[in-house]
Amino acid sequence: MQLLKIIEKHGRTPENLLPILTEYQNCKDTNFLSEEEIKLVAKELNIPQNKVYSTISFYSLLSTKPRGKYIVQVCEDVPCYVNNSVNIVKELEEMLKIKMGQTTSDGIFTLEHTSCIGCCDMSPAIRIDGKLYGDMNKEKLAIIILEYRRKQ
Amino acid sequence: MNNTLIKTVLTKNCGKIDPNSIDDYINAGGYKALQKAIKMTPVQIVEEIKASNLKGRGGAGFPTGIKMEAVLKINDTPKYIVCNADEGEPGNFKDKLLLENDPHQILEGMIIAAFALNIQEGFIYIRGEYNQSIDTLNTAIEQATKKGFLGNNICGSSYSLNIEVFSGAGAYICGEEFALIESIEGKSGRPRNKPPFPTVCGLFNKPTLINNVETFSNLPFIINEGAKAFTAIGTASSSGTKLVCLSGNVKNGGVYEVPFGVSVRQIIEELGGGVPENRKIKMVQLGGASGPIIPPSMLDIKLDYSEMADLGLSMGSGAIIVIDERFEMFQILNKIIKFFKHESCGKCTPCREGNQQMLIILSKLENGTATLKDIKLLETLCNVMVTTSFCGLGQAAPTAIMTTLKYFNEEYTKKCSSQNAKV
Repeated sequence: MQLLKIIEKHGRTPENLLPILTEYQNCKDTNFLSEEEIKLVAKELNIPQNKVYSTISFYSLLSTKPRGKYIVQVCEDVPCYVNNSVNIVKELEEMLKIKMGQTTSDGIFTLEHTSCIGCCDMSPAIRIDGKLYGDMNKEKLAIIILEYRRKQ
Repeated sequence: MNNTLIKTVLTKNCGKIDPNSIDDYINAGGYKALQKAIKMTPVQIVEEIKASNLKGRGGAGFPTGIKMEAVLKINDTPKYIVCNADEGEPGNFKDKLLLENDPHQILEGMIIAAFALNIQEGFIYIRGEYNQSIDTLNTAIEQATKKGFLGNNICGSSYSLNIEVFSGAGAYICGEEFALIESIEGKSGRPRNKPPFPTVCGLFNKPTLINNVETFSNLPFIINEGAKAFTAIGTASSSGTKLVCLSGNVKNGGVYEVPFGVSVRQIIEELGGGVPENRKIKMVQLGGASGPIIPPSMLDIKLDYSEMADLGLSMGSGAIIVIDERFEMFQILNKIIKFFKHESCGKCTPCREGNQQMLIILSKLENGTATLKDIKLLETLCNVMVTTSFCGLGQAAPTAIMTTLKYFNEEYTKKCSSQNAKV
């Protein structure tokens, strides 16, 4: 099982909790950690389940709810805001036919806000599946989203 | 563009060498400083860095040499070295530039510092959002180990050091040094009480040298060229160069390396080309979300630790965010405080509750239902947060509000209608 392999690789000590959770979540198409997985990690690392859960809920890249294969994050901080990030959210909501925070019914995309992703000199910026895209506008967004759809 | 404003010390290799090639870095003079340092004594290295007047570039501006001396003098082992690459302050992207373009310069700086303090184990904590930086640094570590600059018997000496990349997982608070340390230890990133400082009781409760990416990147130059060459750049109180991150409503945003002493106006107008379509500047935020907001009349202020401190301001980690006249001040403040509400770790009440209460008052100000009493309450909240928050996050969160209360006070009173004006 993938999760056990990752635990084995990092070692069964509490300080490896975060690398284990991050690496395992990254290899799941659903981008989240389930209750069973939390229980297993707690057992293997010999720590309480609530410690695993609180770590997941503390870090915004980790999730306890199923998400899409590709997570589309829109930066909402001031440098992007003053360069129209609000419109980028509207465009994405129309293109993906979901609201901010939701996942498309085919499980491909989740739309999220993110804190600053360090692309302020090419704002408004977004991050999809870990990749950064800057100077966004409606046309560029349409092309990028289409590329990810075609990957399916 | 005015080229006399630019001074390339840290960014000299950026865009010129392949960051994935250690040979490129060596051919550009890389790892010479390390070879020189290995022949120096620990005290000589620390004294050179002290004499350079290098101050921490992560925002606090604490003298790097003094921090190193503290770790050197402590009689406790093992000691750790940590590079803080958890750049998450909105408006900052200068560490990303160094991480992605010159990873070996960061490593060389870390190895020099670790050698001086006889440290055998180090971590580079990179925020999870910077996947490319994580890959680049992992490649650089592998290459440096193969060449004998890391691992056992560095440069043929008896000294050994291992450095590991640790990925964050999306938490701004982990840029705070103790929260970062807790995160490496496998916990939620929440700050610890200070003192003791990390130099005494840091990672795994052992003495720890923790510095920002840009700070470590300065060390190869200081060792190669000497402290005097470093203090020759900049001003009397602020030696060397600073990477500034220009963003917002400006034509040419980006990272610029400037000597200290350059004014904010020069950076915005001469390097950044000013505001698009000749719109007027409404305000400028310095340092990032936790930094002060100043009006256009103050743009001649110089990048200089003491000049800024005299005015009660700070440059933080170097962000300059330009906001033009189209924007309402309260929209911007709302975005800033929302950020802190989201990123507050929840450990202490002033920060957890304070940001939420400030947001409520800000929305009243936005929709015109605020009274003068609300403004008084906002001032009180700011003071409570600054004086009683557990860590720098809560202490700095109200900076934008406090500075706008000072420099844009009429906007606050204007928003209280005459009917609401009674206290």
